[in-house]
Amino acid sequence: MVPLSYYLVLSGFLFACGVTGFLIKRNIITIFMSIELMLNGVNLSFVAFAAHWQSLAGQVFVFFVMVVAAAEAAVGLAIIIAVYRTRETLNIDQVNLLKL
Amino acid sequence: MHLTLFLAFGAVAVAGAINLLAQTHPINSALSLIAVMAALAGEYLLLGAEFVAAVQVIVYAGAIMVLFVFVIMLLNAGVEEHTKGSRVAILLGVPGMLLGSILVAWVVLRHSGTGSVAIGALPGDPRTIGQLLFHDFLLPFEITSVLILIAIMGAVVLASKPQAVQKGRDH
Repeated sequence: MVPLSYYLVLSGFLFACGVTGFLIKRNIITIFMSIELMLNGVNLSFVAFAAHWQSLAGQVFVFFVMVVAAAEAAVGLAIIIAVYRTRETLNIDQVNLLKL
Repeated sequence: MHLTLFLAFGAVAVAGAINLLAQTHPINSALSLIAVMAALAGEYLLLGAEFVAAVQVIVYAGAIMVLFVFVIMLLNAGVEEHTKGSRVAILLGVPGMLLGSILVAWVVLRHSGTGSVAIGALPGDPRTIGQLLFHDFLLPFEITSVLILIAIMGAVVLASKPQAVQKGRDH
C-alpha cells in the first residue's frame, strides 16, 4: 500500500522539472521535450486519482492527453523543421523576430 | 513490496528528469526522457492501469520519442549553446522548481489525508477502457479523430518545402 500523496509528489516533481527545463533550456527541441515531461507528470496524477476514486474515467482522460500530445508533437516538430529551414539555428535566443 | 517497486520506478523517473535538465546535447535529453516514460509505465502497472501502461510504452516511448530522435538527427542538432539570458532563467528556475516542489510536497503530504492505493487497485484492462471509450466518451473520441486529422495536415503543410507549397498553389 502506497499513500496517494507519494504519487502526487512524484507527479509534481516531474511537472516542476518540466517547467524548469522549459525555462533554462535554450535548444528548441529540448524545450519541447520539457513540455512532454510536464504532460507525463500530469498523466501520473490522473492515473493515481483514478485508482484512488475507483473511476476509470481518469484513465480514459490519460488516453486523450496522449492523443493531444501526439498531435502536438507532430505539429510542433514540423514547426521546428520550418524554423530551422528559415533561420538555420535551433537556439531559441536567435529566434526572436516574427519576420525574417 | 508495492512501496519498494514504487520507490524503484520513482527513482528512475526522478533521475531521468534531472538528467534531462543536466544534459546539454538534445539526444541525451531525449534518451533520459525515454527512461522517465518507461519508469512511468511501471508506475501505471503498479496502479493497475494496464492499458495506459501499454499505450505509454507504444505511443509515448515508441512513436513520439522516435519522432523526436528523428528530428534531432534530421536537423543535426549539436550541443546547446549557452547565452547570457539563460543565467537569469537558471537563477529563477532552479530555486523556483525547488520551492514549488517543496511546497507541493508539503501541502500534499501534510494536508491530504487521502489514504493509500493498493497494488492493482483499479483494473484498467483494454476491454473495460474500450467499453468506456466507445460508450460514455464517444463524442470526445470522435472529436480527437478530427484533431488528429488536422494535426496530420498541419504537419505536412508546415514541414513541406516552401517551393512545394508554392507549386501546389499554382495548380
